[in-house]
Amino acid sequence: MATKILDHKKIERNVTIMAVLALIVVAIGGIVEVAPLFWIDSTVTKVEGVRPYTPLELAGRNIYIREGCYNCHSQMIRPFRDETERYGHYSLAAESMYDHPFQWGSKRTGPDLARVGMRYSDEWHVQHLKDPRSVVPESIMPGYSFLADRDLTFPDPAANLRALSRVGVPYDQKMIDNAEADLKAQADPDADAADLLKRYPKAQVRDFDGDPKRLTEMDALVAYLQMLGTLVDFDSAAAQEQAK
Amino acid sequence: MESLLLKAGGWFTVALLAFAAMATAVDWGFSVHMGLVTVAALLAMWFTISKPDYAALTKGILKMPDSDIYDDEPIRWGVIATVFWGMAGFLAGLYIALQLAYPALNLGLEYTSFGRLRPLHTSAVIFAFGGNALICTSFYVVQRTCRARLAFPALARFVFWGYQLFIVLAATGYLMGITEGREYAEPEWYVDLWLTVVWLSYAAVFIGTILRRNEPHIYVANWFYLSFIITIAMLHVVNNLSMPVSLVGSKSYSAFSGVQDALTQWWYGHNAVGFFLTAGFLAMMYYFVPKQAERPVYSYRLSIIHFWSLIFLYIWAGPHHLLYTALPDWAQTLGMVFSIMLWMPSWGGMINGLMTLNGAWDKIRTDPIIRLMVMALAFYGMSTFEGPMLSVKAVNSLSHYTDWTIGHVHSGALGWNGMITFACLYYLTPRLWQRERLYSLRMVSWHFWLATLGIVLYAASMWVAGIMQGLMWREYGPDGYLVYAFSEVVAAMHPMYLIRATGGLLYLAGACIMTFNIWMTIAGKLRDEKPMTETPYDPAKDRPIVQAAPLPIAAE
Repeated sequence: MATKILDHKKIERNVTIMAVLALIVVAIGGIVEVAPLFWIDSTVTKVEGVRPYTPLELAGRNIYIREGCYNCHSQMIRPFRDETERYGHYSLAAESMYDHPFQWGSKRTGPDLARVGMRYSDEWHVQHLKDPRSVVPESIMPGYSFLADRDLTFPDPAANLRALSRVGVPYDQKMIDNAEADLKAQADPDADAADLLKRYPKAQVRDFDGDPKRLTEMDALVAYLQMLGTLVDFDSAAAQEQAK
Repeated sequence: MESLLLKAGGWFTVALLAFAAMATAVDWGFSVHMGLVTVAALLAMWFTISKPDYAALTKGILKMPDSDIYDDEPIRWGVIATVFWGMAGFLAGLYIALQLAYPALNLGLEYTSFGRLRPLHTSAVIFAFGGNALICTSFYVVQRTCRARLAFPALARFVFWGYQLFIVLAATGYLMGITEGREYAEPEWYVDLWLTVVWLSYAAVFIGTILRRNEPHIYVANWFYLSFIITIAMLHVVNNLSMPVSLVGSKSYSAFSGVQDALTQWWYGHNAVGFFLTAGFLAMMYYFVPKQAERPVYSYRLSIIHFWSLIFLYIWAGPHHLLYTALPDWAQTLGMVFSIMLWMPSWGGMINGLMTLNGAWDKIRTDPIIRLMVMALAFYGMSTFEGPMLSVKAVNSLSHYTDWTIGHVHSGALGWNGMITFACLYYLTPRLWQRERLYSLRMVSWHFWLATLGIVLYAASMWVAGIMQGLMWREYGPDGYLVYAFSEVVAAMHPMYLIRATGGLLYLAGACIMTFNIWMTIAGKLRDEKPMTETPYDPAKDRPIVQAAPLPIAAE
């Protein structure tokens, strides 16, 4: 090397210089590529309808994560004709803005679930989760019948909401205070759900697992699956000239 | 004496804290984990107090030689741990491969379902098998190339055992459903914190040893180890920032959400490949290939260029896991462009490794360990070409979400990481245990062919599966409707999944042979076998031809 600045012999004789240089070199990519996403506003365009999860949906989502559903199911519809026809409108960044962690997935051993909500009945979901091959003979999904047998244990839902609010999910004090009550009310067809619906618009209130007497893990998971992709009203954003 | 008391007291405090956390835990998984930590801390305390026992014990169990010129004891443990976790990881892989062909193997139990076993498989092979291989080879290489014994020997032992505890906590956590739900970064917050402590200790031992070196230059393998240790620390800490729900519970929520979480995760995830599985393993290549071939590294200048360009470019490639998603387009394009550029430094490393064999190519025929190394480099070259290709948006639109990706990572993991690790283990074992040679070189040859055949079946079936999936999902009929239901595509995968499982079985069979071979080598046995290289020698023929008289040349 002609110039002294580029003399590698200096670098490779001093571990401090080498370590510092290596750290600088590997930090650049992340600083330029990842960090701006946190302050460029257009990264996530706010969309009407997107709201934080209800306590029951959140409990269901935690079960979804616990069982590793993301290993086989994506939640990210790409803007291709075949995907939008198969799964629905392509996924918007805003639709996962309250997802800690994101669950976009990387593999479709099973179909995408970004918009699976309200596509099938609760009974179908329960049956499918208990014994997938009884409704889809070709399926290779594991059975999850134990979810229906097990009472939902979601210790201290308020603490979960509080933890999420600390990382930026807009749960207000009322939501946190009522977390326990909201959790129970959503799966109880006899409960007065007016307050719940005010806090969480479009929340689906009913018994999900076919056993109204119990609040099971199945209730929570089905409640989560049934809300996926249902919050944004894409018809309102449809091209106006198509309306007759 | 005082420091002994301090250390033992420290471990006892850790045990007490863990026990208190166990008693007050809000979920049973956390309490199981804290129970494990309590036991581990008590064991550490016991070993701190009865230190001479530890040395005697390891010598007895592992048949370790008495004297060490270098500090090799933790490396011997590392060799054994690498073999053990490798077997566990391969077995888990075979089992989940069979689950995809025969879902009944999920057994209807939560602990044995695919969703929980798959992280167990990936972490076992990447972090347990690969991680132990990296830690033990780096300790071996850094001592030899610095001509110095390990700095902080006690800390080096803590790194080894602390890392094993991390593996056990992570693995048992997955089985109990304790996961952060982000691929390859699944361990929960407290396991992440523990790994951070272990990793910083690792960095201290490694850098400390370099500082004590008796050679003016830092050898190229150590550049790669150094960048791997530093970058993994950076990635691990940033990506795992999360908010625990309770300080005595396992659940936490990622600090980031949606788009930002996705890119942070794949910035981490891709560079777990780039630095854990590439830079670290290239370091292994830079020491063990020249050693085994008895040739110097091909090009010093190439190693400088490809080192700096590799570590600079790799970090940018993360977004290629998120092409056509809701990630902003500029980030996707950057990710794609840098992924394609990455092809060059990757091949720089491959060329530097392969060309080191200049003048020693005949060893491919005669030395099965060289053969493993060459095949590893060939697979490294193959998968670092395939990677940039899959990062092209047009290709990715077909390949993403399919089994092609799975095939791609396995040609890298089984071919590159696996083969080079096997070669290093075969190199290390006789030297570390001061044996004359391996128990059997012919078994290495068997291992090589079983592994190669296994990878070929694996990669080929996944190419077919992936491309078939991609094409079937997007197939339109003449009526303008999608032709296939998703379930039909799943059914079409069955034969491919069977071939893949067969490939995995062959690979596992090869690893079983290796385990036996290494076991017998450690036991001090030598297999009575024909040597691999034999230039035929017949003393009866070793003489001038005596002829009575020159005969006239007969006409044709």
